[in-house]
Amino acid sequence: MSKKETLSEGKRQILSGNTALAEAAVRAGCKFYAGYPITPQTAITEYLSERMAETGGVFVQAESEVAAINMVLGASAAGARAMTATSCQGLSLMAEGMSSLAAGRIPGVIVDVQRGGAGTGAILPSQCDYSFVTRSLGHGGLHAYVFGPSTVQEIVDVTGRAFDIADEYRTPVLILTDGVLGLMMEAVTLPEFKEDIPDREWKIEGREGLRPKMMTGDNVKPPIAQENRLRDIFVPMYEEWEQDPLYEEVETEDAELIIAAWGSVARVAKTALKELREEGYRVGMIRPISLYPFPTQAFRSLDPAKVKNIVVAEHALPPQLMFDVDHAVQGRIPLTSCTHSSGVLLSPDEIADACRKLL
Amino acid sequence: MEQSIMIAGFGGQGVQTLGKLLAYVANESGLQVTFYPSYGAEMRGGTSNCTVVISDSEIAAPYRSSVDCVAVLNAPSYTAFGGAVKDGGTLIVNSNLIEGAQERAGRRLVNLPLNDLAAEAGSPLTLNVILLGFLAQYVDGLSPEAAERVVRQRLGKRADLLEMNLKAFARGAELAQELTA
Repeated sequence: MSKKETLSEGKRQILSGNTALAEAAVRAGCKFYAGYPITPQTAITEYLSERMAETGGVFVQAESEVAAINMVLGASAAGARAMTATSCQGLSLMAEGMSSLAAGRIPGVIVDVQRGGAGTGAILPSQCDYSFVTRSLGHGGLHAYVFGPSTVQEIVDVTGRAFDIADEYRTPVLILTDGVLGLMMEAVTLPEFKEDIPDREWKIEGREGLRPKMMTGDNVKPPIAQENRLRDIFVPMYEEWEQDPLYEEVETEDAELIIAAWGSVARVAKTALKELREEGYRVGMIRPISLYPFPTQAFRSLDPAKVKNIVVAEHALPPQLMFDVDHAVQGRIPLTSCTHSSGVLLSPDEIADACRKLL
Repeated sequence: MEQSIMIAGFGGQGVQTLGKLLAYVANESGLQVTFYPSYGAEMRGGTSNCTVVISDSEIAAPYRSSVDCVAVLNAPSYTAFGGAVKDGGTLIVNSNLIEGAQERAGRRLVNLPLNDLAAEAGSPLTLNVILLGFLAQYVDGLSPEAAERVVRQRLGKRADLLEMNLKAFARGAELAQELTA
């Protein structure tokens, strides 16, 4: 059966996070995909191996993640909306290429369906790439816009936005999910196919008789020109992003305790929050949806006279989200870390217990 | 009103397929639903499990440390997940492969000889469809009519197999009716 027949327009249908992301990319106008299989990302690559051909796109099973990210760079420089997907150690291999995308101001969407641990790690879900992708995109200190969706519908929504942001700002955009969100299935409504995809005037293409365009690395420019490029282009771009981070606040108005969580852990925390509210505890949650830019102000504006503690729940050990929350609250509110790692998952009961101890 | 269901068995018993079918049924019944499969470097003969949560409102966590209904299809799954039933919940046991499941206060124990029932329905492969029929009837909020539509849509490629699956589905629903009557 063709993928087209399994998907219907405008109807709520049950899809996995991986399938939904792949289909959302196609509908956002993605015309080039290169990927190398790795659990728990493989379903994206498998789905697109058929689907790209059905929708007039190009699919390449790359020989490695290094090749995949550089193919995305090439396809994107030639004008195509392009994407790759991987998991954790695959992202390490993509680091140099991601840095090149950022430096060259070449749009691209990179998906990381996180698994656990360093080295070869484990194959079960984790959130261990948070710091890796929010601090610096590979070497050089540039950034990607980073999404951390929490539901399958939100995966679909941010995938569409990811391609638009990539084009608007000429930047790589990362979507961080994990083994929970990638494999779980949930009802989603898919958007229509995007029609009005902007043309890239700067793209490099074969144009007979015309002067060829060329892209060169910064290292051929004098240091002051390189620095000016950072000052004039990249710093203002990141400052603009920081004006408008995406986040969700849940019952924060009267909260004495705030849970900070993102992605799949945020949904586990939401169940804990509901239980605690039913017991009469005044608990709220702040959930970053864009991990970079981080919703610093949402945390900084919390009143220490009201909020006694922030429980930072995440699947990373040592903690990672913790540092952004810490930077935001500047020591004015005590933080409590609630974590598991390596595929061991926080349960709603565990997060609720961690909160009860502080209330 | 939220209900969580965990299904566990060995690879090949149709645990993941049953979980997905339940998710389609809940969606067809107009409910919210999440399906979360376990995955990992499973050994042959090891256990496979999944969790389905259904609700009439937004579902947050797709997995829980204890659930309203556990269906265990082989002995290692009973050992691993038999204790994961909440108070007032139900434990469904495949009595052909699990001997001596313990009655426990605050938990309903349902023994179903699923291997025998599947053989009667025409194929061991109908085991999960019998359980689908049972759960569609047993779990509050699921519509047996919606479930039958899902069986026709998803298991209807071959007419002869569809007939067998519908028979298996009806048998499961009948057992649940007898139990709740």
